[in-house]
Amino acid sequence: MGSPDATARGRLNSRAGRRAWQSGRADSPGRGTPLIRSLRFRFSIGSFGAAVSFALSLGLFSAASPAAAFPLQASDTPNDGGGSITLEWTAPHPTAKEWILVRREHGGTFAPVTTIEGTVRSFRDGAVQTGVTYEYQLVAQPTDPQLDSDVSTPARATAAWFDRTKLNVLVVSGIFFLLLFFYIRQAEGGVRWTFRKIPGLAAIEEAIGRATEMGRGVLYVPGVQEIDDIQTIASMILLTKVAKMTAKYETDLLVPTNSPGVYTVAEEVVKSAYADVGRSDAYRSDQVRYITSEQFAYVAAVNGIMLRERPAANFLLGAFFAESLLLAETGHSVGAIQIAGTANVHQMPFFVVACDYTLIGEEYFAASALLSNDARLLGSLKASDTVKIFLIAVIVVGSLLLTFGQSWLTDFFATQ
Amino acid sequence: MKREVPILITLVSGIFCLIAFFVPHPFVHDLYGDVQNWAIVVVGCTYVLGVANLLRINVRQAQRMEGDWIYKIVLILGLLITMAVGFSEGNYYSDVHSRFQWIYRTFYSPMTSTMFALLAFFIASAAFRAFRIRSPEALLLAIAAFILMLGRVPLGNAIHPYIPAAADWLMEIPQNAAKRGILIGAALGVMATGIRVILGLEKTYGSGGEGGA
Repeated sequence: MGSPDATARGRLNSRAGRRAWQSGRADSPGRGTPLIRSLRFRFSIGSFGAAVSFALSLGLFSAASPAAAFPLQASDTPNDGGGSITLEWTAPHPTAKEWILVRREHGGTFAPVTTIEGTVRSFRDGAVQTGVTYEYQLVAQPTDPQLDSDVSTPARATAAWFDRTKLNVLVVSGIFFLLLFFYIRQAEGGVRWTFRKIPGLAAIEEAIGRATEMGRGVLYVPGVQEIDDIQTIASMILLTKVAKMTAKYETDLLVPTNSPGVYTVAEEVVKSAYADVGRSDAYRSDQVRYITSEQFAYVAAVNGIMLRERPAANFLLGAFFAESLLLAETGHSVGAIQIAGTANVHQMPFFVVACDYTLIGEEYFAASALLSNDARLLGSLKASDTVKIFLIAVIVVGSLLLTFGQSWLTDFFATQ
Repeated sequence: MKREVPILITLVSGIFCLIAFFVPHPFVHDLYGDVQNWAIVVVGCTYVLGVANLLRINVRQAQRMEGDWIYKIVLILGLLITMAVGFSEGNYYSDVHSRFQWIYRTFYSPMTSTMFALLAFFIASAAFRAFRIRSPEALLLAIAAFILMLGRVPLGNAIHPYIPAAADWLMEIPQNAAKRGILIGAALGVMATGIRVILGLEKTYGSGGEGGA
């Protein structure tokens, strides 16, 4: 608080201080040019004195070699929704300890925006109005007019209609979409493809059959994320298949959920699945339950269900975090056949260790298509496999190009 | 209509969200923000349904005095008391010295810590099974795990400086390569699943009695 710089900043932050600062500093572009300032002052005291002063000042300046004002580049921040101007500069050496960035609307008076460290070389002003033209200047702190920047060229923030940094995503998505529609059309024309067998999928019916034979239930855990998570959505799709099988085999199904949003959807999914196989009468309203949204309270409840109900088959399909092993180990301890699936890479080892079958990453997302054997869904799998081959080719070619000093391909596919 | 309307809403919302990903213009982005807020409101409303479901199931089990019914009563009382205390304190429920926070610190926090602490024992039992060497792959896994665990403790460096370096190499090269491969596959799976849902190819909801896939 007590330092001169802090006092100056405090003055600038107050409204009165800002007005005082503006009245003292609101002069024109070129303030930063010491020669012009010197000429203005000295011509005001008479021609003779001016001539002498001018000569002296010329000599003085040439002797001191003052730093020239440096340019300040202001431009619209690209690929944003407006409301932002980017400033870049190459500060003189030695540089100021701090800069006070001042801004004015075109033709208006300057007002301070913020204080910037002297070593910084760029700044993004995100507090401007879209469509208004602004000019900027960097003012040295502690005050040293010789270090002040030029007034920037006028700049105006505009809103972009396309974020060009996402062009690579658009290209890959576009390829994917085209391939998807191409393969769906092929599938509708009778073309069939062969996909590798995924043991975990074949085991789903086996697990439900085992539960039926043992007269015990099936437990379906849809992860711990909200319904807007794609893994939970995929889990709901798989729940449809599982619920149809349990309805068909008249096996008890229990779905404890971690979120009321998931509970609402899961209830509708299970009810619809029972209706689809003509077993609406077998559906019970307590099959799908909302437990709690708290992670470990949910684990405690589900583990309690496992230990009390002793289900013969556990499905752990969805997004899991630290609770994955707690659930899978408890399921293992009660002797249930366990099928897990997740795209959370860090939880996969736990499931691999503790479960009988694990759907890893893409297998988890492909499961519903492979289970349904629907030609259009299989077409989407074919499309993602083709894009995968394309991406592998890009990685190999990009690595080779980088080895030979060409980075354009990797630069194009780099994400922010 | 029961199927077509949800599919139409999903299609329009999904395509709009895809467009919003590429378009930063406020005209699109502000509307995208509104759509996300609608989703939050909808999720907020589902809490009423969730709590109603929880009460219905547990009250019924407690009334019938089914197995472990005493715990159902504990759950119902815990829920109702916590809600009552929270509502009675209004906006001050999150203050450090509020009664709501006292309930949180005294009951919830120790219990959740206990559950998390159990993870150590579960990891030990899972590791015991995982490191039984029954195949060449299991042998490789056990060797990698041994090097990694040794390299992460001071003893590894004391035995030989190469051990921490080998552990780092395992994490940075083979582990990273495998992880990125899985992530690329999963990302494509996410795209495929998203498109299938948006286009209504996956029949998961509202198909009751109409013979969904």
